Amino acid sequence: MPVVNWLKRHLVVIAGLFTLAYLLLPNVIVTVFSFNKPKGRFNYQWQQFSLDAWKQPCGVADMCNSLSISLQIAVWATLGATVLGTMISFALVRYRFRARGAINSLIFLPMAMPEVVMAASLLTLFLNMGAQLGFWTILIAHIMFCLSFVVTAVKARVMSMDPRLEEAARDLYAGPVQTFLRVTLPIAAPGIAAGALLSFALSFDDFIITNFNAGSTVTFPMFVWGSAQRGTPVQINVIGTAMFLLAVLLVLVSMLINNRRNSQKA
Amino acid sequence: MTTDNSGDVRLSGIGKTYGAFTAVHPLDLTVPQGSFFALLGASGCGKTTTLRMIAGLEEPTSGTVHLGDQDVTHLPPYKRPVNTVFQSYALFPHLDIFENVAFGLRRRGIKSVKKQVEDMLDLVQLGEQARKKPHQLSGGQQQRVAVARALINHPKVLLLDEPLGALDLKLRRQMQLELKRIQTEVGITFIHVTHDQEEAMTMADTVAVMNGGRVEQLGAPTDLYENPRTTFVANFLGTSNLIEAEVDTRSDEDIVLKAAGDKLVLPAARCSAPAPAGGKVLVGIRPEKIALAHADDAGSIPEGRNRLTGKIADASFIGVSTQYVIDSPACAELSVYVQNVERDARLVPGADVVLHWSPAHTFGLDAAQAIDAGTGEEVAA
Amino acid sequence: MSTLTEAPPPLAPAEPTAKPPRKRGRFTPYWLLLPGILWLVVFFALPLVYQASTSVQTGSLEEGYKVTWHFATYWNAFSEYWPQFLRSIFYAAGATVLCLLLGYPLAYLIAFRAGRWRNLIMILVIAPFFTSFLIRTLAWKTILADNGPVVHALNSLHILDLTNFLGWTAGDRVLATPLAVVCGLTYNFLPFMILPLYTSLERIDGRLHEAAGDLYAKPSTTFRKVTFPLSMPGVVSGTLLTFIPAAGDYVNSELLGSTDTRMIGNVIQTQFLRILDYPTAAALSFILMAAILVMVTIYIRRSGTEDLV
Repeated sequence: MPVVNWLKRHLVVIAGLFTLAYLLLPNVIVTVFSFNKPKGRFNYQWQQFSLDAWKQPCGVADMCNSLSISLQIAVWATLGATVLGTMISFALVRYRFRARGAINSLIFLPMAMPEVVMAASLLTLFLNMGAQLGFWTILIAHIMFCLSFVVTAVKARVMSMDPRLEEAARDLYAGPVQTFLRVTLPIAAPGIAAGALLSFALSFDDFIITNFNAGSTVTFPMFVWGSAQRGTPVQINVIGTAMFLLAVLLVLVSMLINNRRNSQKA
Repeated sequence: MTTDNSGDVRLSGIGKTYGAFTAVHPLDLTVPQGSFFALLGASGCGKTTTLRMIAGLEEPTSGTVHLGDQDVTHLPPYKRPVNTVFQSYALFPHLDIFENVAFGLRRRGIKSVKKQVEDMLDLVQLGEQARKKPHQLSGGQQQRVAVARALINHPKVLLLDEPLGALDLKLRRQMQLELKRIQTEVGITFIHVTHDQEEAMTMADTVAVMNGGRVEQLGAPTDLYENPRTTFVANFLGTSNLIEAEVDTRSDEDIVLKAAGDKLVLPAARCSAPAPAGGKVLVGIRPEKIALAHADDAGSIPEGRNRLTGKIADASFIGVSTQYVIDSPACAELSVYVQNVERDARLVPGADVVLHWSPAHTFGLDAAQAIDAGTGEEVAA
Repeated sequence: MSTLTEAPPPLAPAEPTAKPPRKRGRFTPYWLLLPGILWLVVFFALPLVYQASTSVQTGSLEEGYKVTWHFATYWNAFSEYWPQFLRSIFYAAGATVLCLLLGYPLAYLIAFRAGRWRNLIMILVIAPFFTSFLIRTLAWKTILADNGPVVHALNSLHILDLTNFLGWTAGDRVLATPLAVVCGLTYNFLPFMILPLYTSLERIDGRLHEAAGDLYAKPSTTFRKVTFPLSMPGVVSGTLLTFIPAAGDYVNSELLGSTDTRMIGNVIQTQFLRILDYPTAAALSFILMAAILVMVTIYIRRSGTEDLV
């Protein structure tokens, strides 16, 4: 039975590709429906091809505004979380001090906590302090939950780094600051970049925590959420498709540059 | 001795190519039952690929593999009566030593494994460590577990892929003897892949020297060492002095050669090249076969020995012997190892010397080959 | 770094192994830690304390709340909302199992079978992250639409009859049923399963597979006895990374479900943002947190990851 044998040998591949299809199907739908011209308020059924939404991506009231708020928050949250997280990682890997265990748990817990619990408790704090909910409370919350992910990413990289490299730098007349800037930081850079990228994605896409602590400020995910109730404009799909393509393009370009660099070295 | 040949390994025309790259050129090889066989060569010479084709981990592009009378070419590894001691051991990190050793037995549905495993662990002197995890053992102990895990299955053939590569020198010596002892005790065929010529010569009855996907020469260690047939074998196994010479006259017994004015004699039987009169030959001589005399004592050298004159360029004292580098008109850098029995104080760098050796120790090679093949210094092709 | 780096190195007691080297500068680590840790203390730990106190307060929005150690809130909240709790656990567990079943083959494919396609597949797994998950979740409304091809296919294969019987779907619909919510949860958290699985699979030395084959294990046995046990760390962290957020999620239930599929996250959200019953909401999130903590602890104990290398 050659067919059965072939199936048996490639079962993993078939199942894996099925999963990949499951993962990508929604993106395909999002892309296809960005060219739809829906009847009524909701964009869930295919009607006819149209480029309207692509021609006017900001044609919906408030959508691009919310997009810009989300981008601003994501940029600042990434910056804040990356700086604070990198500092913590260096302290954790390079030094010994008291309360390491407690600090490690404090960093681990936000990642192991359902978002809704963090969101609710943070709102309790803000309400008790009488804080004005809005841009700043969202930013504070985003830096908080991105921090742990940055620490995890940077720590892994710094831990795999040979401490003798720093000793070698110091042996070759580099002071502490120079050692850090010329050796430690460049080697840790991929970890820091990974942490920053993750932060950006997490912050930009966050809904639950933002929804609790946003007050009347509307971020892009909140706009999408609201439109799911009121009616989904096609422009949402345009933004979603553009973001997906941009991400894939960026990764491909960076891979190409890497490949070229490697082949030049060889 | 039995005439059982079920442990014979016969490779017929077996070869392996990866796209345009040929890892192993089609080769024929028979490893008799019960022998300790070594595949020796530098990394990338195809020795590991050959081993993996015997193990069934690699499908040959051409040719067949027979174990005794059984064609196993297309059997998956788990259906072959062959076991492997992997490079850096590949012990299962999630299983303890006992379970690692019992793994093969359990896979074949054997229920009561306790006695066998304990006996096997005793054989490799690890009875106490049965419940430890692999990472809790030292390198030498892990190596013994790997051997035990393979041997407990009573394979027809045991394959060893650089089994001692991860050990330090002293431990390696010890394990070489240990493996040899185990092989003699269990009497099954061992095929051993290594890049360490000393290891191959210490342990194996038969050594196949591989280079560039081909077997260069096959034979007993002493045979390979005393009578190499290619420059690669001459240089890879120990050190050889290779001198370019021209054939002057030849008889049935001897070939008389000229090298930079000096006359050298080579037994015709020890020359692997055709060597017609007027042709070129590489004359080989091992450094330890050469005796060194100060130029003032040249008269006392017995007749009938090959001689060359030269000047000492460098001398290094290494305990049991002194290694000299001699600058001679016939050859720029000749190595000579002299046992430190009676040290001649005049033999210092700058001294004029005469090198002499018995013609019977001379070997002749085809001059068309690269003279530095197998030295590790040759220009990569 | 700091000017204190010239201080003499403090005497360190001999530590067993692999401790980070102690460097000069006794206070440097604390300066490095201070801002970030302070942030986490004030905006993560302190809020939990506030919430704990809120959960035992009584009062009303108009008159203000006072701590009265009113633990009855917990009991009231639980007795009123236990179906939602139970549903959250079931849905999250279902989604986790589905994620494992779907994610393992893909992680295995990337780790061992993808060859030169490995990077591309990896990108395709991660790239959807960059499209807002809400937009992607809404796409499931189209995919599972009542008159769409998926529902048609399930209907004609009589799979819907089976799921109707099990109570996972109702009538000829998939949308607004538990199946849709679990599908959405599975979809949203699948990458969190695949990535740790891939990491632990990729670490497995390929020679271990060869060694198992050499020792008479068939491919399926090799998987059961070697590959799967060695990937346990990935399985454990993958299931945790899937189960925990899935149990607290309310987005999938809201977008793909109905009032009959409300999970505990929906209740907390409504209590907090619409009904403004803060003590009940706080009590509910604490129960959720405690429940997850207990389950996770038991799970980690039983899976015995500390035993693995």
